[in-house]
Amino acid sequence: MNSDVPQDTLAAAAQVPRARRTVPARIWRQLKTAPVSAWFGMIVILAYVTVALFAPVLAPYRESQIFPIPYDEWKLKFVWVTIFGDFALPVWAWLDPAKQFVFGTDQLGRDMLTRMIYGARNTIGIAVATTALSFLIGGSLGILAAIRRGWFDQFLARAVDVLMAIPSLIFALMLLSIFGSSVLNLIIIIAVLDATRVFRLARAVAMNVVVMDYVEAARLRGEGLGWIMRREILPNIMPPLVAEFGLRFCFVFLTISALSFLGVGIQPPTADWGSMVRENATLITYGDITPLLPAAAIALLTVAVNFVVDWFLHKTSGLRDEH
Amino acid sequence: MHPVFRTVLQRLGLGFLTLLIVSIIIFSSIELLPGNFAAAILGQSATPETVAAFQRELGLDRPAPVRYVEWIGGVLQGDFGSSFASSVGYRRTVAELITPRLFNTLYLAAMTAAVAVPLALGLGILAALYRNSWFDRAVNTLTLTTISFPEFFVAYILMLFLAVKFPIFYSLANVSNDMPLLERLARSALPAMTLTLVIVAHMMRMTRAAIINLMASPYIEMAQLKGVSAGRVVMFHALPNAWAPIVNIIAFNLAYLVVGVVVVEVVFVYPGIGQLMVDSVKARDIPVVQACALIFAATYILLNLTADIISIVTNPRLLHPR
Repeated sequence: MNSDVPQDTLAAAAQVPRARRTVPARIWRQLKTAPVSAWFGMIVILAYVTVALFAPVLAPYRESQIFPIPYDEWKLKFVWVTIFGDFALPVWAWLDPAKQFVFGTDQLGRDMLTRMIYGARNTIGIAVATTALSFLIGGSLGILAAIRRGWFDQFLARAVDVLMAIPSLIFALMLLSIFGSSVLNLIIIIAVLDATRVFRLARAVAMNVVVMDYVEAARLRGEGLGWIMRREILPNIMPPLVAEFGLRFCFVFLTISALSFLGVGIQPPTADWGSMVRENATLITYGDITPLLPAAAIALLTVAVNFVVDWFLHKTSGLRDEH
Repeated sequence: MHPVFRTVLQRLGLGFLTLLIVSIIIFSSIELLPGNFAAAILGQSATPETVAAFQRELGLDRPAPVRYVEWIGGVLQGDFGSSFASSVGYRRTVAELITPRLFNTLYLAAMTAAVAVPLALGLGILAALYRNSWFDRAVNTLTLTTISFPEFFVAYILMLFLAVKFPIFYSLANVSNDMPLLERLARSALPAMTLTLVIVAHMMRMTRAAIINLMASPYIEMAQLKGVSAGRVVMFHALPNAWAPIVNIIAFNLAYLVVGVVVVEVVFVYPGIGQLMVDSVKARDIPVVQACALIFAATYILLNLTADIISIVTNPRLLHPR
């Protein structure tokens, strides 16, 4: 307590509570203090979401429109400045009027830019759906296990232990070979495998909340199981779950991209970043960086999400290792 | 009985139980497919006789528990059954497909681990000792970025710069057993480098967190306050307790290597077991897929089990019970 401040001023301050800030004002206040990395992450995520939502408006052509010029060169040309030997940096870019496609065309003659834009929609959409499903399954089972305890909890926990003993990419490969590759199978398989990790976290954090008096009070006044799960427990375990949603999204996104890259995930002709890398991979041996575009798109989004989650974790709890 | 011995036995029992259940899951996953598997593979044009013959050939006409016991008995003797790619009169065993490729994968993994483990531990300890310095910050940002990259992105960037722009290494890692050692190392350099970059980031961050966590404990402060030299604090006070987290970190990342190897092998066309698994998944050659999955899962479980046991037997609190 600061002793220079007169006691009556303090008392006056205590008596007149300042009006509570509105929700947008509080969010803005938090955002103002966010580090550059978090801002960068949020802007990148916003840009991706915009591109995904407005893909048909933004894309110059249709998703699978084929032109008779496969592997066409870029319309975007660079002026390279040699630093040493073969190593050069692009310093200036302009659009070459002789060429039609900004990033050229792929192996079948489809516009790369269009495929990239639709890829945002398909790849991100499928990853978000999968993560949401895995949180629905893992989160509700985790909270339920924390409330019920007993054999139900024991059984689920042991089952999750066994499922987590198999690397999820390997498990996913095996299940896809049996059920065949389709988007629905992909979403269900990855969501169930990923739900194990969500279950663990949800159960662990819900355990601390279940023993609280207000949960007991709700139970005594006769609230149902659904009410207790949604209205009493869920709001109190939200911050770690939100952060986990970001991390799980990255993991799911990378797993789906890896599976698509391996040719067993999202199937053509659906535009998807993972399979676009594989389809155009041969270009890299000629020094053409076209296949790196979708790969960089994947990398940039995961970096952005990681930056935001990092900041969010820092804000909401002492979960980070930095004191 | 010594408590350490008892805990180790418990862990071993639990590990083998997990392995058993995992093998049952892997075996029975084929039963999950609704309808007849042989018919699904052969397609609609297959006559019922062909389907029946194919089923007899694969042994699918007998009850599942009998087949499981036979399968697991064979696996224990190194016989994984025959691939669906075998035709009548020409039997292609899964074991002969897997053996050379498993050797190649282990070779690549060992090569990566030999470079990555010392590098990551060194960087992690340095970052923890010089916490919040520019070195720490730079390494932290760099590793957070590489963790977020998909493996194939790192792989293609390395390929672009180190094999195409500057032709130092080979862009395709087509190794064979009759190659001289040096050429073999040169050819598998890029896949090993990619894997190293990916796991060093994980390992370094975890090592750093473990050391920082440990150095903040009261008994380390106590040792420093009573005037023990810095080297002695690290060697005799911190290290005995640090073995458990460090070994866990190494095992966790070697297990991660098992998964990462699949994508990297496909990028560089390295003839390993990961590529075999992906090819078999595409061809829906279930016996090969199951064998690969079992090998991957067993490696994963055994690595984690080893880490558990090492951290138990090096734990000073368990070794000297009061």
